[in-house]
Amino acid sequence: MIAAVSTPYTVPVGLMDALQVIVLVLVAVGATAVVLIRAHVRQVLALSVYGVLLAVLFLVFQAPDVTLSELAVGAVALPIVLLLTLAKIRKREE
Amino acid sequence: MTPSLRRWVFLAGAGGLVAFYLWGLLGLPGFGSYPGPYGFVLNRIAVSQTKATGVVSAVNFDYRGFDTLGEEFILLTAAAGVSIVLRRLRGERERSAVDEAADRDVPATSSAVRMTALLFTGPVVLVGWWLASHAQTSPSGGFQGGVILATAFILVYLSGEFLVFKRFSPVDLTDVVEAVGAGGFAAIGVSAVAMGLPYLYNFLPLGTTPGAVSSSGTIALISFFVGLEVAAAFILIVAELLDQTLLIRHGSG
Repeated sequence: MIAAVSTPYTVPVGLMDALQVIVLVLVAVGATAVVLIRAHVRQVLALSVYGVLLAVLFLVFQAPDVTLSELAVGAVALPIVLLLTLAKIRKREE
Repeated sequence: MTPSLRRWVFLAGAGGLVAFYLWGLLGLPGFGSYPGPYGFVLNRIAVSQTKATGVVSAVNFDYRGFDTLGEEFILLTAAAGVSIVLRRLRGERERSAVDEAADRDVPATSSAVRMTALLFTGPVVLVGWWLASHAQTSPSGGFQGGVILATAFILVYLSGEFLVFKRFSPVDLTDVVEAVGAGGFAAIGVSAVAMGLPYLYNFLPLGTTPGAVSSSGTIALISFFVGLEVAAAFILIVAELLDQTLLIRHGSG
């Protein structure tokens, strides 16, 4: 195992555990919200917020590389693609 | 099949799924426990062996570089697929990107959105470029860097300038950049073979200071090419969708 190193920036283990639980709960709530929201544009915006939550989750679980990917893909790129698709479908229906 | 029989078949199947799922959940290792030796071995040797302090990059672009090559070509295929599916079909016409009815009343992009997008474009380019070109440190990597670079182009569009977005990312150039990115990765691998080494072997000098700009050999180079490929692929996908939404109209009139 890796020995614990204490630096001025070290967060107490209990605090980190609490943070992890809070973020996990937030992610569960966010995922449920994304599924339950039926209005398309709102659902996409909720998905974007959910992407940010997931990014925070990855950061809290010490995966900053994945955080960066999730921020760009989950919170920006995927919602943009979905919004553009919705705009296209709407134009067609008009 | 009668509805009641169908229900029983469903319930039996669902019951089996739930049972197996719960069985699987109960057999999971405890939260945070890590059984394998792979991570411990890497933690011990990766920095001294590759001279990259970003061990994630060392794994992605060296130890398991072949996997990453496959992933990169997934993205290449996806972008190619989007371009093919979203091409202009018969019965559709493509309008010019210039506003045909310049005098109509279009709600302008709010100045808050414009300002935010403009303010962020520069820093986002910088962060993306830095991440893609500094794979030897952590956190970094071509994939993250590439996607963030592509986000900068989306910001340009959000600031209300579709034409500027088109000018910044002409499709021909984006295609070439994507091909260079994907091909560069594969070519680095083949160069190793040409020297009589295994495919994707890290054949460049590794430098002496771990994490320095000159360190980690092919890791930083491959990451850079991945960054190009990923950025171009995402810009291409978004550009295709923008064309679909803004330019391509149903009907030939």
